[in-house]
Amino acid sequence: MTLDVVVTSVSSDAHTWNLVYLQLLLEELGCQVTNLGGCTLDETVVAECAARNPDLIVVSSLNGHGGKDGIRLIGAIRSCGALAATPVVIGGKLDVTGGDGGRTTARLLAAGFDAVFGETGWQTEFRSLVQALAVGTGVPTRAR
Amino acid sequence: MNPVVARPAPSFGEVIADRHVRGELVVQPRMGFDDPAQMRQGLLATRDATAATVGTITLDSYTRVGDHRAVRLALAAGTVLNGYPIVDRGPGTTTAMLDGVLTPQFPVQVRHGSADPRRIVATMLDCGLYATEGGPVSYCLPYSQMPLSVAVDNWRQCCETLAAVRGPDCEPHLETFGGCMMGQLCPPAMLVALSVLEGMFFWQYGLRCISFSYAQQAHAGQDEEAVAALRKLIARYTPYARAHVVIYAYMGVYPRTPGGAMRLLAQSARLAARTGASRLIVKTAAEAYRLPTVSENVTALEHAAAAARGVTESGGQVEDTGIYQQAKALVDNVLSLDDDLGRALVAAFSRGQLDVPFCLHPDNPGRVRGYLDRDGRLLWQRIGALPIGDLVELPSAERITSADLLSALRYIELKFDNREYSYDGNS
Repeated sequence: MTLDVVVTSVSSDAHTWNLVYLQLLLEELGCQVTNLGGCTLDETVVAECAARNPDLIVVSSLNGHGGKDGIRLIGAIRSCGALAATPVVIGGKLDVTGGDGGRTTARLLAAGFDAVFGETGWQTEFRSLVQALAVGTGVPTRAR
Repeated sequence: MNPVVARPAPSFGEVIADRHVRGELVVQPRMGFDDPAQMRQGLLATRDATAATVGTITLDSYTRVGDHRAVRLALAAGTVLNGYPIVDRGPGTTTAMLDGVLTPQFPVQVRHGSADPRRIVATMLDCGLYATEGGPVSYCLPYSQMPLSVAVDNWRQCCETLAAVRGPDCEPHLETFGGCMMGQLCPPAMLVALSVLEGMFFWQYGLRCISFSYAQQAHAGQDEEAVAALRKLIARYTPYARAHVVIYAYMGVYPRTPGGAMRLLAQSARLAARTGASRLIVKTAAEAYRLPTVSENVTALEHAAAAARGVTESGGQVEDTGIYQQAKALVDNVLSLDDDLGRALVAAFSRGQLDVPFCLHPDNPGRVRGYLDRDGRLLWQRIGALPIGDLVELPSAERITSADLLSALRYIELKFDNREYSYDGNS
């Protein structure tokens, strides 16, 4: 099936090349993409996603605040009833210390993301996640 | 001993001009730390580097978007921010931080990236800082979701605030960021045109000391042509401003090896020296991974200054592939739309007569594309409604894939790291 995917940044992050790239990649994987762009406010992301009811929300951030902003954003997303179970993943440069020894990932998963991707080497796992969603098997456990 | 004579501190533009006359390229970091002690240490290390330098205070991205609640929460929790939160630190802390740092020959520029910098500008003036940068287009389209017309109005107010403090002892300085749009893959003619238009906007609203930016792209010869075009258009459209050109070391995906990063930085310093630019914003080898340290910044400043030393200006002997004519056509068209440059800029974007490739902002038409040819020249793939149809030859239209985009984004990284591009997603 064709997945409806929302691609977005977080409120403090203006990087957008990552978002352009993800849009092209997702379109090549057969998805229909709504790209919300950079510096998206939490309420904008929640409103746009609630209106579209996407199959997947992809958050990407490179400015080092993605860990903090992401935790706040996923809280807002999960507290919207329509989006409580929507698959939401985040990736990029999510803190200013280079991963904080895995703690940033752990915090983001605990806060409600379905998967957290690092800066490099994420493509294979990301593709399989998208393909698994497209055939209706849900988020693969390996990605969690 | 020289008698102590009270004289006004030279403006940012005068300091740069003095260095330029002496054949020195002024180098400047992008440095910003949330901790005042560390910020002070960074500024002092910049000042004491073996190079002609000016200082930088780069603000954090919560301040950039005006989310002061997030700044205060982060400061209270001791969370590290990615820059100096000048508004929430308050003038007292910042003035103390700068005490003994600022000298007549070492001004400091505030760098922020905000589409609404009104509080930032008011605060920096309260702190005795008179130089900043940005622009109504360049700090709105790539960096915010704010409507362009609102950003134009914010920037008009900021220009007027800065112009209001002009006097015999004070000459505020504003630098355009328009020559850096998107960092990469925006064809040079658009960068040059936006830099010129933003400088004209600053002039219209009262600034008299202005610098014009251009970011290094992927082909040295093309960049030289672009900077020559920029200088010619500055002379034509803002002939009475105290003006200089500032080059930004490559802003796209950076080489990951220290050697590659240093070679790319040296190339940007030589570009600045050959084109008669006066100032260079450097990048560090660490930036591909994380925020750089003070000593990494100093290393980059000294490396860039050394690379520029002894390089002579090429004296206008550059190839002409039409960048000047394209940029001039873009500027002239905007000027024909409205007597007020702010309204003209908004109109030009709404008609698609200004358009930035790959920019996702709702007010950007998004009908144009740039691409890199085999040699790294940045060319137009599609021009949408840009009024340059008679000035460019377009390739047969091809659909860009994610792999094409990635290889264009990584062209410089891989070239300077001496690696071949391979699409396995893990390199």
